[in-house]
Amino acid sequence: MRIDGKGRIDRTRPVTFRFDGRAYAGYKGDTLASALIANDVRVVGRSFKYHRPRGILTAGSEEPNALVEIVGPANQTPNTRATVQELFEGLAARSQNRWPSLRYDALEINDLAALFLSAGFYYKTFMWPRRFWEGLYEPLIRRAAGLGSLSGRHDEGVYEKAWAHCDLLVIGAGPAGLMAALVAGRAGADVILADESSEPGGRLLSDDGEIDGAHATDWVARVLAELASLPNVRLMTRTTVTGAYDDGTYGALERVGLHRSPRPNLPRECFWRIVAKRTVLAAGALERSVAFEDNDRPGVMLASALPSYLNRYGVVPARRVALFANNDSARSTARSLMAAGVEVVAIIDSREDAPDEPGIALHKGAQVIRARGRMGLREIMVRAGGREFRVEAECLGVSGGWNPSVHLTCHLNGRPRWSDALAAFVPVEGAVPGMLVAGAANGSFSTHGCLAAGAEAARASLAALGVAAGAVELPQAEDAPYQIAPLWAVPGKGRAWLDLANDVTVKDVALAAQEGFRSVEHMKRYTTQGMAPDQGKNSNVAALAVLADATGRGIAETGITTFRPPYAPVSIAAMGAGGRGMGFAPQRILTSDQASRDRGAPMVEAGLWYRPGYFPKPGETTWREACDREVMMVRCSVGVTDVSTLGKIEIQGPDAGRFLDFVYTNTFSTLPVGKVRYGLMLREDGHVLDDGTCARLGDQHWLMTTTTAAAGLVMRHLDFVHQAFCADWQVRFASVTESWAQFAVAGPLARDLVTSALGHAPDLPFMGCAPVVVQGVAARLFRISFSGEEGYELAVPTRYGEALFRDLTARAETMGGGLYGMEALNVLRIEKGFITHAEIHGRTTAFDIGMEKMVSGKKDCIGKVAATRAGLVGPEREQMVGLMPLTGSVLTAGAHLFAQGADLVRENATGYVTSVGYSPTLHSHLALGFLKNGRARHGETVRLVDRLRGVDVLCTVTDPVFHDPKGEKLRA
Amino acid sequence: MPELIAKPALGAAPVTHAGTTLAEADLPQMTAIAPWPGQAEAVGRALGLQFPLPNAVTEAGGTRLVWAGRDLAFLIGGVAPEGLAAAVTDQSDGWVALTLSGARAVEVLARLVPLDLRAAQRGQTFRTALNHLPLILIVEGEGDFTLLTFRSMARTAWHEVEEAMVKVAARAL
Amino acid sequence: MRLTCPLCGPRDRREFYYYGAAEYLNRPAPDAAPEAWDDHLHNRDNPAGLVQDLWYHEQGCCSWLKVTRNTVTHEIVTVEPVAGGAA
Repeated sequence: MRIDGKGRIDRTRPVTFRFDGRAYAGYKGDTLASALIANDVRVVGRSFKYHRPRGILTAGSEEPNALVEIVGPANQTPNTRATVQELFEGLAARSQNRWPSLRYDALEINDLAALFLSAGFYYKTFMWPRRFWEGLYEPLIRRAAGLGSLSGRHDEGVYEKAWAHCDLLVIGAGPAGLMAALVAGRAGADVILADESSEPGGRLLSDDGEIDGAHATDWVARVLAELASLPNVRLMTRTTVTGAYDDGTYGALERVGLHRSPRPNLPRECFWRIVAKRTVLAAGALERSVAFEDNDRPGVMLASALPSYLNRYGVVPARRVALFANNDSARSTARSLMAAGVEVVAIIDSREDAPDEPGIALHKGAQVIRARGRMGLREIMVRAGGREFRVEAECLGVSGGWNPSVHLTCHLNGRPRWSDALAAFVPVEGAVPGMLVAGAANGSFSTHGCLAAGAEAARASLAALGVAAGAVELPQAEDAPYQIAPLWAVPGKGRAWLDLANDVTVKDVALAAQEGFRSVEHMKRYTTQGMAPDQGKNSNVAALAVLADATGRGIAETGITTFRPPYAPVSIAAMGAGGRGMGFAPQRILTSDQASRDRGAPMVEAGLWYRPGYFPKPGETTWREACDREVMMVRCSVGVTDVSTLGKIEIQGPDAGRFLDFVYTNTFSTLPVGKVRYGLMLREDGHVLDDGTCARLGDQHWLMTTTTAAAGLVMRHLDFVHQAFCADWQVRFASVTESWAQFAVAGPLARDLVTSALGHAPDLPFMGCAPVVVQGVAARLFRISFSGEEGYELAVPTRYGEALFRDLTARAETMGGGLYGMEALNVLRIEKGFITHAEIHGRTTAFDIGMEKMVSGKKDCIGKVAATRAGLVGPEREQMVGLMPLTGSVLTAGAHLFAQGADLVRENATGYVTSVGYSPTLHSHLALGFLKNGRARHGETVRLVDRLRGVDVLCTVTDPVFHDPKGEKLRA
Repeated sequence: MPELIAKPALGAAPVTHAGTTLAEADLPQMTAIAPWPGQAEAVGRALGLQFPLPNAVTEAGGTRLVWAGRDLAFLIGGVAPEGLAAAVTDQSDGWVALTLSGARAVEVLARLVPLDLRAAQRGQTFRTALNHLPLILIVEGEGDFTLLTFRSMARTAWHEVEEAMVKVAARAL
Repeated sequence: MRLTCPLCGPRDRREFYYYGAAEYLNRPAPDAAPEAWDDHLHNRDNPAGLVQDLWYHEQGCCSWLKVTRNTVTHEIVTVEPVAGGAA
């Protein structure tokens, strides 16, 4: 219900929203949780495993219960914490894990079967029959357990990623963080102050504390005004720092549009990567609960959440509130509530020596032993001094103490230290290089302690940055000591909840210990405690305390599981922002792209490039028809294709020839100017790196081509060889892949076409190259072929690429030729036994592909020594062969080769298929592959088997060159 | 005169979002100059410019020498003389140049480039990445940048920058 | 993770390509024993502590770098160009 005169909401701006289809009213500034409390909605969800009705536990991002689906026009976001989701006009939320409704949930039957559903139940029960697991048990369990649901559609929402840089990152804008930012900001440091909430201030906004004699919120307002006036301070609200990474890098998630009605192009969230020279972690502390029977009933909340709801949102969950605590912090909660007119019916303090609290029914040395009220708390049972009695209350605030938010200090393997005085884990110094921890996150729980620690951490950070810190006076604030007597679980027979989000009880943890899962890491995995969206923020410490008790060890000895990023849930969509559609990977577009698309060519990806697959003609219904036609066109007349994607690297300098001799297996220093040579490059381990042609353009000037896929790889390799082994040589490389558009012209009429384009005959021998002028543009002409036909490649500066492509196409078509695409290109090269990276896939050697003679004996080169080592040569190697089916069957790449009659088991596989295609030239399917001792086995019959695609064909082993083995056409 | 028609990488009209404009620039003559070991100073002298230190641009008149990597600078707006003690490679056709200028240019680039550009000044250049694309970023002045990336990737570059602009603009509303 | 490139300055690791152990810089002579080549190419220690490995500033200046770092603390101790002062 709403309390008049309280809260920081804007009562002049009412907002309507829907929860489970019903309309409610709230105000701007509300969270969904506060608005539901204002409307007296008590049950907001069903629990993970037992489907128990659950209410709101906390007022922060650690909420384990109030997880809802937010249903937007384009998005359905499950597991949204109602305590974080801000209200906006038209917000529609839905409860989760219930059917048919929140009030009547069919699977509540799980709660009655709880005896059978304890920790490890699935592992023990669904073991037999084994084949039922995937098909039956797992789907059933997944349907019954689990939280939100997905829409099943693409998330069309807009997300963003961004970088930020600063001298000092301050994480958390409570008293410590504000003070740190103020000190550093005044000193002129470049500061980012990141805070998870919609409004900075931390607990100062929730608690009725004083600073410098006035309400603490006055101080917050003054500090914020000053920070806003400093251009060197950036305040990032609604931004959760989610991870600490190496070298001062932090991940942070900003809620940009989640708190407002959808607006076009406005990101929902932004994932920040913040690079900070220094960091102050002032993330505060999280209150924890105490386990007792049925402590998960709606209405049982954290004590500190109550003043948050009251002072930030002007709501209370009930008129009658009881408090249960093992420390003093619930006292201020009680005073705040009473001042607002809420009846505090009792404080149940587990400490025998608890201080007195005038005006409140205080039960010392007492414990809450049970909560009652399935759909909302009605009463609690209390045990005090050997007596049990009922206390009627609709809300119980529980404080089991405070856990410093040490999470980020653990992300680089820091291990927090147990403090007996605080009954909590505190960070160790230096856990994250460059990070200092201040305030409640470091175990300083008083306001004064936070302010002082924040100022000191800022000063120390500034000193490390070499920035002089001015004098900043510390404001006056309370400095009460923190007194706590640990209490984790109230003894009792019923189920007492530790991890509300994953439905893990005290008994489950005890059972884990009993069954041998005594390590905290094993207990976690066996019970799933701490594995829910809250990642154990509400339960880790209590669970390990229960485990410590069950195993008879101390808490410090038991230790804590590792906190890993992210601190709070991060949507994958935010981390992958911009990575869909065009943003998935750079698209490299050919100059011929539009011309190819104009002709209906489907584009296929080749690395990052988009290349035409084939060029369909009217009447052709399958790609094969187009491909066959294009192959025959090249074999019989002339074809044109864009080969600009091949890597082109210019190599220049007095030592260029010497360098090429070192990186290629064969010799290039002796290549005459105006000639082209095919070259093979090895990795140092003796396997083939890449192949391609290399042309000598001038005395100290070569042009290397690489395969499309390996262009970047080869450039990196050349840089390595040069910088690592011969940095003093006078040789330089420059990639010119992008500078030239290059087109292959191939076929018996290729020379005629080139003649027509140039206006004169090319007059080049096979493997020759020359500068030419094509229609007024300086160009390069190479006589090389990847098709086995007479072939030329004509290169022009990229700006002329499209014009030349259209020109060559038109000329080819008047000669009865035309364009060919990747499919035909592939068939043409298979017919000729030319390799691609299907063959030189990283595990093949020069010997395997029959090119060992290309490894010059006269000189050293990269990979030469390893290429001849035992095991990389000889009859045991799988060597490249051609394969032709005995019947006209389809062959598949990836198929395995077996001797006839051999059992089809892995041990008998004697080779595999790398490339296949249908050759219209030879009227047969063809394959290239690797066969053990294959070169000695031409003429043999082998069995080609692809079990995945049901192919089982007998093939003849042949030479890899199927067509024109002597290469007469090339040299014509 | 060439009879073939020259085409720009994109031929895109400028777009403006939140007072910041993305445009495709005409690329002048651009030449990669890679001095032989120990020859950088001499090469600079021959070009009438100081050979730039890393992350720097030197300029005189309409000619600039933009540092572009290890032992490498791009000569923009000038012609390399014969006989330089360097490998000289024409790069005019290999790149697309985009300009991004306006009040939110730095904010836009913070979505794409992993560098702090808030204090960037004329005379600076960075070899870095525009998301996954290679990038030579030249600082023209406050809130004024030239982005060079591979010509074949021009469409993706444009898309990435405009997407970032649109999101920044939506935040600014 | 960030590496300070000797030429470009401090940069995010995504600008770099990781290759392998710095041992790749010590290429044995062509007539060295097969064991020397095996050690060079394949045999690696996996120490908890200092390691030296090779990174390429691919989205940057294209320098190959020898990085000395600590696998336990993740501290980057030095980043040097493999080409020595020539880089």
